[in-house]
Amino acid sequence: MANVTVGIADLNVVKAPDTLVTYALGSCVGICLYDPEKKIAGMAHIMLPLSKEAVQGVDNKRRYADTGIMELIQDMSLQGASTTRLVAKIAGGAQMFSVNSAVFNIGERNVAAVKKILSAYRIRIVAEETGENFGRTVFFHADTGMMEVRAATRETKFV
Amino acid sequence: MSIRNVEQLQDMHLDVLKEIGNIGSGNAASALAELIQCDTDITVPTVRMLDFSEAVNFLGGPENVAIGMLVGIRGDITGMMLYVLQHSFASKMTSTLFGSEIEDLTNMNEMETSFISEVGNIMAASYVNAISQLTGMMIDISVPNMTVDMVGAILSVPAVEFAQVGNKVLFIDDGFVIGDGEIKSNMILVPEMQSLETLFTRLGVSV
Repeated sequence: MANVTVGIADLNVVKAPDTLVTYALGSCVGICLYDPEKKIAGMAHIMLPLSKEAVQGVDNKRRYADTGIMELIQDMSLQGASTTRLVAKIAGGAQMFSVNSAVFNIGERNVAAVKKILSAYRIRIVAEETGENFGRTVFFHADTGMMEVRAATRETKFV
Repeated sequence: MSIRNVEQLQDMHLDVLKEIGNIGSGNAASALAELIQCDTDITVPTVRMLDFSEAVNFLGGPENVAIGMLVGIRGDITGMMLYVLQHSFASKMTSTLFGSEIEDLTNMNEMETSFISEVGNIMAASYVNAISQLTGMMIDISVPNMTVDMVGAILSVPAVEFAQVGNKVLFIDDGFVIGDGEIKSNMILVPEMQSLETLFTRLGVSV
């Protein structure tokens, strides 16, 4: 059983009994997709909502919710997951500082974009730990499909 | 040529930023000395461009809990400054002034919180004044917004802002000598690219 790290603006796919982990999500969103039959788990760690909003062209597709989720689904399919069986659990999208402006609401916009894109792929969100004002570390266990959310000031949650 | 990406900055640009770092740290040291009533010295600060993940590792790794203070910059230039205070730094301050260390960063009392927030205010003002001193520009700062959380989550705020223009952040690493111990403090500058251009032009550095 190995822990496979997903960096910021990156993604990864593992099979049971491995676990995916991404550390300290702030306004970023961790998207966990799971094929319960094949026990294949995928995770993307996106920073921004839509690739078309990129100012200077897209140098990393994994940075954006739309292109990141698309690539994650493709990678999972290549490893044998069925798109129709996929369910989603999402975490992150916090507002770390309580300042009112577009860039500081990026967490909320990230979550909204992720939901819209998952719904376009007809992937159901079965658990969600988003918003509020604290950072989250997320483990996603491929053997159970459980998402484990840790925070500096909160109890660890399993959803 | 205009600066569209922080990675286009050259050595001479970094030298200018380093000088701002120097003056800012000098201002900060005198202000801190007055606040905590103790001799405070600085070592030469380093200014670097770091990848997001390098900056996070430099600050003790993504899950290291630290104090983050975010200050908005308005006026002739716009952007934000993120000041990261480690537990050791905060504790050194409170023990020098109140004689008691901060036991748990996530559970500070009212006096500690307001004191640390004042330290953040002083640090931010010191750097902004350095820019004003060098350039004669008018710059205002917002009241610092403070959070205590994982370093990775705190840094995601400037990282997202920078993601639109590049992968790197401008990272100022300061060493303060307070009494007999040296402690580190870190400032991350997130200027808008247009503002960096204004800054360099004002200082006669070609962009």
